[in-house]
Amino acid sequence: MSDALGLYNYWIAIFLMMVGFYNVIASGNLVKKLIGLSIFQTSVFLLYITMGKVKDGTAPILGDGYDTFSNPLPHVLILTAIVVGIATTAVGLALVVRIQEHFGTIEEDELIAQEDSP
Amino acid sequence: MIHVVDMTLLAFLALVAIAITRMTNLFATSVLTGVYSLLMACIFTVLDAVDVAFTEAAVGAGISTVLFLATLSLTTQREKPQRSPNWKALCVALLTGGALVYGTFDMPHFGDPQAPVHQHVGPHYIGVSPTQIGVPNMVTSVLASYRGYDTLGETAVIFTACMAVLLLLQHEKRRDEQSAVEEKPDKEAMEHAMILRVQSKFFIPLILLFGLYVQFHGDFGPGGGFQAGVIFAAGIILYSLVNGLDKARQIIPPNVLHGLVAFGLLLYAGTGLASLFMDGNFLQYRALAEEATHGEHIGILLIELGVGVTVATVMTSMFFSFSGRRRS
Amino acid sequence: MDLIVYYASWALLSCGAFLCAVGGLGILRLPDFYSRQHAAGITDTLGSAFVLIGLMLQSGFSLNAAKLVMILIFLILTSPVATHAIAQAARQSGLEPKVVAEEDEA
Repeated sequence: MSDALGLYNYWIAIFLMMVGFYNVIASGNLVKKLIGLSIFQTSVFLLYITMGKVKDGTAPILGDGYDTFSNPLPHVLILTAIVVGIATTAVGLALVVRIQEHFGTIEEDELIAQEDSP
Repeated sequence: MIHVVDMTLLAFLALVAIAITRMTNLFATSVLTGVYSLLMACIFTVLDAVDVAFTEAAVGAGISTVLFLATLSLTTQREKPQRSPNWKALCVALLTGGALVYGTFDMPHFGDPQAPVHQHVGPHYIGVSPTQIGVPNMVTSVLASYRGYDTLGETAVIFTACMAVLLLLQHEKRRDEQSAVEEKPDKEAMEHAMILRVQSKFFIPLILLFGLYVQFHGDFGPGGGFQAGVIFAAGIILYSLVNGLDKARQIIPPNVLHGLVAFGLLLYAGTGLASLFMDGNFLQYRALAEEATHGEHIGILLIELGVGVTVATVMTSMFFSFSGRRRS
Repeated sequence: MDLIVYYASWALLSCGAFLCAVGGLGILRLPDFYSRQHAAGITDTLGSAFVLIGLMLQSGFSLNAAKLVMILIFLILTSPVATHAIAQAARQSGLEPKVVAEEDEA
């Protein structure tokens, strides 16, 4: 039981990771795939930040009366990761716009059909 | 008590993720993604990651939703509904999930202070940061000074993404014949948006001021270059949404915008080079002034400014590119 | 005095939570888009106002209370405009409100 309480955060992070993964591989629409990718990314952030929390700690900002801080290192890594994630999502969305303009569709099976037919 | 709040929010998050998977209306899915990001920001606050929560709320619930909606306005609104769930993909996802859950049984429990991640480097930074750098926000001191090289790389990544989006979306097709037609509908749209215009006149200066506050207050509380850049961009995007893209382009010419994108990155790398010329290593800020902590403060100020300028202008020019594209 | 402030803040927080729950229930159960906007409006204004005032009472006279006052002012100023924008966008796209057939005027 204490296992479940202590590991609940990781299990939810894995659940979200698999939901995002399922969206990426099972969805036919390109925008939905990108949304699934973004869910996957945020679940990894959740995993890291959960590992960084210290019991009875506080945010890693020096202040009077606080002496136990949560680990600032995962926070720094995830700050970088969030911004890089939005940058790559923006490039992905720009590609989707160009695909729509060129092929007229963003559904995966229609794209494959258009490419296969000469 | 924190456990109950934490577990409830995570359960909501799982439900929202399932809802995103099941919906076929892509506009609704984009809004749900914004809700998901806001819930994630709440969870980060509960887990003491205030800087990360700030960034996630600004980036995930703000910029990301705007970019998704801009893409959807240029493509399609509805996803083709799947006849039945994809069983093979579901099996693969369940197997991978099962393997990962099996792996979590060796992990340290939530909040354990003896976990391996809290030995060695973390306590070392917490111990030396007050004396070596003297900035209260330890995330800023690690981000800007101890791991400043990584942040330079990250700024370069944002810069490259902006270049990619500009290359893909910059040249709008059939711009000349469109501009003559667009005059009239714009006037009607403006009258409908009167309440929004008055409201935004009140709020946009406050948003920009808040962005500046977050930029320079990042040393003492949650904040810093990334969050400030995104908030600044949000103010400009609000102006552009309410008053039209042409007016926003008149106020901030695209040439100036592109120049500022490069300027921010140059400022960051330039600070590193300056410390190289002043008898230190690359990005060793203590060489920038007589006293070490003074030099660190100057260095952190300059590079956060560079990051803020780059992020603000990158987000703005990406939005201009998306919304300047005419629907074919 | 402290005890009164403590209980008052808890009463306000519970009222705010109850109103947010009622707003959520309204969004689910009301039949029409425009009536659902009313339910969302409850959450935005009175629900969040009660929660914020309850928190202000708990934090006393400090910088935190000043920040909460500013958050409250901004929320009250922006949420009606947001509701207006959504309703106007729906109207412009052609969404008609659901009209129930009128009863005979006796």
